[in-house]
Amino acid sequence: MLDKMILGRYVPVDSTVHKLDPRSKLLLVFLFVCIIFLANNLVTYGLVGLFTLLLLMLSKIPIRFLYNGLKPILFLIVFTFILHILFTKEGELLYKLGWLEIYDGGLRQGLFISLRFTFLILVTSLLTLTTNPISITDGMETLLHPFKKWKLPVHELSLMMSIALRFIPTLMEETDKIMKAQMARGVDFTSGPLKERIKAIIPLLVPLFVSAFKRAEELAIAMEARGYRGGEGRTKYRQLKWQTADTLLMLSLVVLTIFLVLLRS
Amino acid sequence: MRITLQDVEYRYQINTPFEHLALHDVNIDIEPGSYTAIIGHTGSGKSTLLQHFNALLKPTKGSVTIGDRRIESGRKEKELRGIRSNVGIVFQFPEHQLFEETVEKDICFGPMNFGASEKDAKDRARKALKQVGMAEEILEKSPFDLSGGQMRRVAIAGVLAMEPDVLVLDEPTAGLDPRGRMEIMDMFYQLHKERGISTILVTHSMEDAARYADEIIIMHRGTVFKKGTPLDIFSQPEQLLELGLDVPDTVRFQLKLQKELGIRFERICLSVDDLVSEVKTVMGRGNQ
Amino acid sequence: MAKKLVSLENIVFKYEGQTRNAVDHVSFDIYEGEWLALVGHNGSGKSTLAKLLNGLQFPQEGSILVNGTELTEETVWEARSKIGMVFQNPDNQFVGATVQDDVAFGLENAGIPLPEMVKRVQNALNKVKMGSFLNQEPHHLSGGQKQRVAIAGVIALQPDLIILDEATSMLDPRGREEVLETVRELKEENLLTVISITHDLEEAAKADRMIVMNEGKLYRQGIPTDIFQMEGELIELGLDIPFSVKLSKEFKEHGIGLVKSHLTEEELVRELCELHSKM
Repeated sequence: MLDKMILGRYVPVDSTVHKLDPRSKLLLVFLFVCIIFLANNLVTYGLVGLFTLLLLMLSKIPIRFLYNGLKPILFLIVFTFILHILFTKEGELLYKLGWLEIYDGGLRQGLFISLRFTFLILVTSLLTLTTNPISITDGMETLLHPFKKWKLPVHELSLMMSIALRFIPTLMEETDKIMKAQMARGVDFTSGPLKERIKAIIPLLVPLFVSAFKRAEELAIAMEARGYRGGEGRTKYRQLKWQTADTLLMLSLVVLTIFLVLLRS
Repeated sequence: MRITLQDVEYRYQINTPFEHLALHDVNIDIEPGSYTAIIGHTGSGKSTLLQHFNALLKPTKGSVTIGDRRIESGRKEKELRGIRSNVGIVFQFPEHQLFEETVEKDICFGPMNFGASEKDAKDRARKALKQVGMAEEILEKSPFDLSGGQMRRVAIAGVLAMEPDVLVLDEPTAGLDPRGRMEIMDMFYQLHKERGISTILVTHSMEDAARYADEIIIMHRGTVFKKGTPLDIFSQPEQLLELGLDVPDTVRFQLKLQKELGIRFERICLSVDDLVSEVKTVMGRGNQ
Repeated sequence: MAKKLVSLENIVFKYEGQTRNAVDHVSFDIYEGEWLALVGHNGSGKSTLAKLLNGLQFPQEGSILVNGTELTEETVWEARSKIGMVFQNPDNQFVGATVQDDVAFGLENAGIPLPEMVKRVQNALNKVKMGSFLNQEPHHLSGGQKQRVAIAGVIALQPDLIILDEATSMLDPRGREEVLETVRELKEENLLTVISITHDLEEAAKADRMIVMNEGKLYRQGIPTDIFQMEGELIELGLDIPFSVKLSKEFKEHGIGLVKSHLTEEELVRELCELHSKM
């Protein structure tokens, strides 16, 4: 049941994109989200598309994974597209059949918004597909470091996040075990009326919470026994390396931005 | 109730890039009223196998017959409760499945899911609690206020109260102290003898396998490596040792002694009594 | 006798809301370089002792001296740097995202500089034979492997004493053997002092010294040979005796003329052979 989750999972392949510093990839996503709104005509959308395509090719991620990432929102994309075609009545009338009128503006807008959606999803899932979660955490911690001045508990947040990530597989396994144990005691998680199914969650949730709390307590003791007493005076084992490729990626983003500004209408 | 597995194969996460073959070509026949021990390393497929005994997992190839129900790969199965009420599973660390406010409610949970009336379930809870060697006073307590050993017993009572024909035990004594281990294993054996419950024990303990089982199945790399009576299995200890599995203490000792003395005993000793009498014979012979 | 590393003097500890003392007027010493087995049934107070030794709890009465310094709220961090612990559940003490991160966790806390840290992590992992698993994530490891990583995390900090708090009780036989073998080798190599809290009597039999706990009290201490003399008593305390001791007793009862007591099967085999050749 739980093993079908592939969406956004890290796919360890050896590629240029995988080797990039998580900070540059995080910045890429952040900046990309901003500049995509600069695109407003065929040429600029084409440019953004080309850029996305190039990144995807460099990442060597199998198409299948990308498609899996898009699948859940494919419906949403198609839906927005159709909505625009039907209801945006701008520009030239292209086609008319009874009440159905398709305008040139609607077609353009629908197409652009769908494309924008697709590019955004592809680039953000590229981050999670090519960067293991713990590196993302490291990248965030370093990028957020300046905010420490304003009392943002950066170290604690990133430690919390890395522990959470580390325990996800453990808790998934545990959920599966408890589910099986309760199914063996006659619980049916998959069929029956909704009310029954909600009730069936309790025998799953209670033991899961009990065990998660117990784990948390034991983990806290183990951390204390290993000398953990907050971020003060700690050294850091994981080091991030900013390389030429990262600088190049940032430069290419600048270039893309310049072209977008020049070519937009 | 008979359980038969025919050419069973099981793949996890089938049709995904993470697909992984856990069982293949498994053929097993569990006779009604028998006591079977399944041994093998962690990762040999034991845990996956045991989930087939009550249709928690459906084979990706082959078929599993439980009583008169036949579970086949590629077919949608409806209403599996009948099977589940007949085949009880005590999972490893069963205390992790406790969730109700009181011990009584928790023990009644299984029977009531399978359609027992509240009164009937409560009677069964009392009986089951007695079987696991605990006093009735505990019924009104919260299971989370009990000690680890007590929680284990209550969880086991929850499965016994379902009154299954077949009991599958996955390392039921893991983490208990020696006394607790013995009491629990003896209790299951008594149930098996008195009520003719077919028992399937998944274990790492060769002692338990030798002491209780009529038949032993050795799992290795996802399939049945060998099956036979304890005497058959432990008569060729070399095979087990090659797989990196243990042999019972008595057998291990016998092997060491035989090697040092340069002789072979007439039979393989599965109990301390056997070993004592064999050693006496050998020593006696030396005397003449 | 070797140097005293830790002394417990008349320790009393009671958990809140409990009527009975979890640890009741217990005194003993731990000597440098020894392997001390602490045995007792569940709830006999042995795990509480471990927590007291690491300053995770403080006794209501009595004192604990680590290298001559009393363990208090002020000295606890100092004591923790000398005493490493490995707990029962392999999952709930694995903090790092990967094997190397986990070993580094303790070093980061101690503020060890990076180059030194890298060296120590690799070294410690090599010593527990996990050197080729640097980037492995915990859910791909077996229980025994996770416990070995935990041990690496402890020895990377170069402590004087390592406490195994039922560290093998959740493992399969193979994992248990792996872990004990690792600790045994480390002890030989670095003169590490080991306290192992366990109900595995086969393991305890191999210790230099044993302490039997019962209902919070120190019931008996001594070398394993002496402790296992009191077979019946041990079984009454909910413990067991090693197979060789059991067997040796049976042989004697059935008129096989053995005279020694046998802590290991090898010893028993040897005497049987001697006996056989004399006949």
